[in-house]
Amino acid sequence: MTEEKHIFSMLVDNQPGVLSRVVGLFSGRGFNIESLCVAETMEPLVSRITIVTKANRPVIEQIEKQLNKLINVIKIRDLTGPKSVKREMALICVQARADHKAEILRIVDIFRCKIVDAGMKHYIIEVTGDEGKMKAILNLLKPIGIKKIARTGIMSLFREPN
Amino acid sequence: MKLTGAQIMMQVLKEEGVDTIFGFPGGAVIDIYDELERTDIRHILVRHEQGAVHAADGYARASGKVGVCLVTSGPGATNTVTGIASAYMDSIPVVIISGQVPTHLIGNDAFQEVDIVGITRPCTKHNYLVSQTEDLPGIIKEAFYLARSGRPGPVLVDIPKDVANKNIDFKGTTKVKLKSYNPTYDPNTRQLKKTAKLIENAKRPIIFAGGGVILSKASAELTEFARKTQIPVTTSLMGLGAFPATDPLWLGMIGMHGTYRANMCTGACDLLISIGVRFDDRVTGKTDAFAAQAKIVHIDIDPTSIRKNIPVSIPIVGDCKISLNHLNRLIDNIDLGDISKKREKWFNQIDQWKNTKPLAYIQKDVIKPQYVIDKLYELTEGKAIVTTEVGQNQMWAAQYYHFDQPGHFITSGGLGCMGFGLPAAIGAQVACPDKLVIDIAGDGSIQMNIQEMATAVQYSLPVKIVILNNGYLGMVRQWQELFYKKRYASTLIEHAPDFVKLAEAYGALGLRATRPEEVETVLSEGLSSPKTVIMDFIVEKEESVYPMVPAGAPITEMLLV
Ligand SMILES: Cc1ncc(C[n+]2csc(CCOP(=O)(O)OP(=O)(O)O)c2C)c(N)n1
Ligand SMILES: [Mg+2]
Repeated sequence: MTEEKHIFSMLVDNQPGVLSRVVGLFSGRGFNIESLCVAETMEPLVSRITIVTKANRPVIEQIEKQLNKLINVIKIRDLTGPKSVKREMALICVQARADHKAEILRIVDIFRCKIVDAGMKHYIIEVTGDEGKMKAILNLLKPIGIKKIARTGIMSLFREPN
Repeated sequence: MKLTGAQIMMQVLKEEGVDTIFGFPGGAVIDIYDELERTDIRHILVRHEQGAVHAADGYARASGKVGVCLVTSGPGATNTVTGIASAYMDSIPVVIISGQVPTHLIGNDAFQEVDIVGITRPCTKHNYLVSQTEDLPGIIKEAFYLARSGRPGPVLVDIPKDVANKNIDFKGTTKVKLKSYNPTYDPNTRQLKKTAKLIENAKRPIIFAGGGVILSKASAELTEFARKTQIPVTTSLMGLGAFPATDPLWLGMIGMHGTYRANMCTGACDLLISIGVRFDDRVTGKTDAFAAQAKIVHIDIDPTSIRKNIPVSIPIVGDCKISLNHLNRLIDNIDLGDISKKREKWFNQIDQWKNTKPLAYIQKDVIKPQYVIDKLYELTEGKAIVTTEVGQNQMWAAQYYHFDQPGHFITSGGLGCMGFGLPAAIGAQVACPDKLVIDIAGDGSIQMNIQEMATAVQYSLPVKIVILNNGYLGMVRQWQELFYKKRYASTLIEHAPDFVKLAEAYGALGLRATRPEEVETVLSEGLSSPKTVIMDFIVEKEESVYPMVPAGAPITEMLLV
């Protein structure tokens, strides 16, 4: 059976141990996590967790049901597909040799990124975008030399009706 | 009113209808014990915390109430883990209250500190660390509510010593409200109607019931359903007693050691109505081959049980009792025609399977374990509450003791936990003082929680322990015989205590039978004694349990005697 990538977004009780229940469920049942991001919502007692996972259809169904079964999971939605917006942010530290600087700045410009730290030998670039954009910029920066990278993982919200 | 955490806890326990607690004290729970002593809640002092959880489990199954245990922090808490895991696998409502080091010491590797909430997270339905006394009453109420509602299960509440000690203003409890927890009890009517339609047209239907039917107290509804539709019934190990084994529609147990006819029926049926089951691998064998010709209906209160292991045609999330009730009303409005005529061919086929390959053994000069169970069934008229250990003893109990009522077969089904039977029998006996409670045991398993003999004797609990003493870790030996060329690596029990003397040392009665003609006498004497009794039956050493479906094979491919 073919594997599909799914994005689950859930509202959970903002309490100690809740993330561990969610993550423990994945490791204990052999589900995989591609990315995970967590933060408080406007309601301090509630956090939102976004998890990207890859599995075949029946396993995806199990993952959603098992998450739903956790007492601390208030609501869960599968945000896979075009009905939702998806973004990721990354901080990318690239090597900036003199002969590469112009090229880096050009890429930053094209992708509408920001340079948030600059030194003699490096730039730290802040970039946000969807999966495609991330892939594209990483492809371009890789030959120049990526020293370090930190990514948030995907977060997502359903689009509201117009 | 100013009350301490421990005092509040007692009030809430009373409110929840708790009359018995199985436990073992220690530093972190002294305050709680000090209060418990002043209530009329009965405390049963076990000899090991694993025993406390199994006893609470047995108590829950025999009484239909939530079982409760109380243990101290650190080792007290870790000792409960096996018991909790067993209750979790079998969906048994148990609340485990553990003491914890004072909040200011948590995380400091304090004396007898262990992160029991972390340890038991994957084997509880839910668990709590109570961080302040104000939260305690609400959490305890939630724990009971979660344990008994929806798909039941164990819930652990970890209470730091200072939380139990602190005085607060207590104004009484409020109703539990959990926005994120809403079990679906009412089934989807459309799905039920589709099921009724399938029943109308099925030529070779069977019902496969499990522990869920017992947990939702749906035996009467199941029996009504089977009888009015004339559909034969098999159950999982956990479902034994959900349908009367003396009914002509009874097929026997399904699965690895199920009856020939139950397994053949599963292979041949065109409709499998599964109720309150979770399709364990010991039931299905090779999943692709399981009920391959059948449309499968699956009724269960836990959505994750549905389509986890087996694809189904009609998934129905709902309580077994409510669903069966609805289904029965739907069936009432259908004309099933001449149902016995319709089933004639199917029943003939089943009879043929039954008659050609019945459960059987030959009793010659050495006691056969099956014979002991046969006699036990006869002498107790099938009315005893039977708990089991794990292994061959458990399977023979399931095959040869025939259960007509729910709550009478108490076994560690999912976890298969040796050492379960004796403490579970203690719990069942506490719940049902007037019933005959028997632990069918192996000589290996009984040694895993033998210390609970002292508990049974201390509280004058007349549980009867029937040891099928084959000198082996028999079930493992059986696998070695069949699949490892008889290399009996570490399964011979080279040294065992004299169980008769051991019984006497504990202040119980010990009896032994070494020859077939002694079986009945020993059983009669043991069963009629008012004391705790160990009956040691020296049985055939290398007897095996048949039928047997080798692990991973289709369940219709059985090894037979
Ligand atoms: C705690 C635990 N450890 C190991 C096992 C593996 N195991 C399953 S059956 C069995 C043999 C049990 O021996 P005994 O109690 O004598 O029962 P018999 O099969 O001989 O009737 C063993 C070791 C288990 N189920 N539980
Ligand atoms: Mg044995």
